[in-house]
Amino acid sequence: MGHYSIVELARGALNGHRNWDRAWRDATPRDHYQVVIIGGGGHGLATAHYLAKNHGITNVAVLEKGWIGGGNTGRNTTIVRSNYLWDESAAIYEHSLKLWEGLSRDLNYNVMLSQRGVLTLAHNLSDVRAGMRRHNALLLNGIESEWLTREQIADYCPVLNLSRTVRYPVLGATLQRRAGTARHDAVAWGYARAASGLGVDIVQKCEVTGFRREGSRVTAIETTRGAIRADKIGIVVAGNSTVLADMAGFRLPIESHPLQALVSEPIKPVLDCVVMSNAVHVYVSQSDKGELVLGAGIDGYTSYAQRGSFPIIEHQMGALLELFPRFSRLRMLRHWGGVVDVCPDASPIIGKTPVENLFINAGWGTGGFKATPGSGHVFAHTIATGVPHPLAAPFALDRFVDGKLIDEHGAAGVAH
Amino acid sequence: MLLITCPWCGLRDETEFHPGGEAGRVRPHAPDQLDDTQWADFLFMRRNEKGLRSERWLHAAGCRRWFVITRDTITHEIIADDSDSLGASALRSDNGGAQ
Repeated sequence: MGHYSIVELARGALNGHRNWDRAWRDATPRDHYQVVIIGGGGHGLATAHYLAKNHGITNVAVLEKGWIGGGNTGRNTTIVRSNYLWDESAAIYEHSLKLWEGLSRDLNYNVMLSQRGVLTLAHNLSDVRAGMRRHNALLLNGIESEWLTREQIADYCPVLNLSRTVRYPVLGATLQRRAGTARHDAVAWGYARAASGLGVDIVQKCEVTGFRREGSRVTAIETTRGAIRADKIGIVVAGNSTVLADMAGFRLPIESHPLQALVSEPIKPVLDCVVMSNAVHVYVSQSDKGELVLGAGIDGYTSYAQRGSFPIIEHQMGALLELFPRFSRLRMLRHWGGVVDVCPDASPIIGKTPVENLFINAGWGTGGFKATPGSGHVFAHTIATGVPHPLAAPFALDRFVDGKLIDEHGAAGVAH
Repeated sequence: MLLITCPWCGLRDETEFHPGGEAGRVRPHAPDQLDDTQWADFLFMRRNEKGLRSERWLHAAGCRRWFVITRDTITHEIIADDSDSLGASALRSDNGGAQ
């Protein structure tokens, strides 16, 4: 696998771009690995990449039951930010945002990070108080944040409807200028290419069907492509986390819900930042292709179907038109759903499981995409050393027993 | 859109209902005698079935009553309507049920 560069691009052009190598190897599983990562989404691929790059562990396989990046990595609204309230969350999401900022260079793959700014609107007095509190908490944690008045919002995002006569008038907003969007598929492909280049086996169409245990230790994985022995195993499967935990014999405080998103037909550039609103509940940005990318909250029932119900869409369309009446004649083109793993405190679970040599990284719920690099980085450290990374330690599974929850409901800037 | 049969009102749109989570969770008799692991198990741990699941719903914009259905979480098909059993399980019983 060659290094991507302007010289290589020019050389490729001379051949009519017919001779490019495949970006990564589609491997056949061997019968033993030092580390096996279950789940070939962004978080799993990132974990494998950092295992190889930072810890020198290259005898690694990533097992994916479908195709890489085909789950929630390919089904989100691509927003990247770190404006979380609590210290533990702010630390891990800011760690992730810093990794995002160097990621294209690190992976030698353009993940199209666009730090266009994320504006989180306040529509009532309690929104204003919560927003200012979060803004100040971010400053105390050394993370840049701004509070914008209505007049400053009019200057920053002129397409927003700032009328005082609407039902939910905009009263102010927090702004994180370093936040923005990234290209979701490129994240999966970039991590896969970089990990594969370091010797990691990426195995697709390989579904895990069970674990083999010796006493309290897990020693091997049963898959649809045969049994694979492994010294250490990491579960990174988002909405299917409890299915894997059931196989391994432990319980999780996670429920799986549909999270839907949709895009409009492409239009000329009209929105150059990300706008989020908790109160009317929609978030929207405009992709490079010109489509508006829209999301909102989960469906209330549990599901593994990768689809949800229409009332959620109807609700977020209503919210969109409240904020942007000019989009009223815009048609929606595509719509999809993912299966998100929601924790009671809306924070992830990263670390050890009750089973020896088995680790888990789950519960990212509705906000996992932004965490991809940081999540993989701290999880790789946790697996490689057997000791939770300091940023991951507060997110251990046993916080549900000792009661030290990290309650990011609402505090994260989106309703769950 | 799910179509859900309320045992008292009949077939209605999902928008009239509010999902109430896993059915059959009973608040322990004496929480003060549990250790932290047992309490966490009741409070936070969930079965999250992939496939058939027994779950509670509230007919929030209708008769305001709770009931239990069995739903397939892969297909969203509502397999069985446990409306006969629901009267008992929905009521706050003297075993201190956290219903």
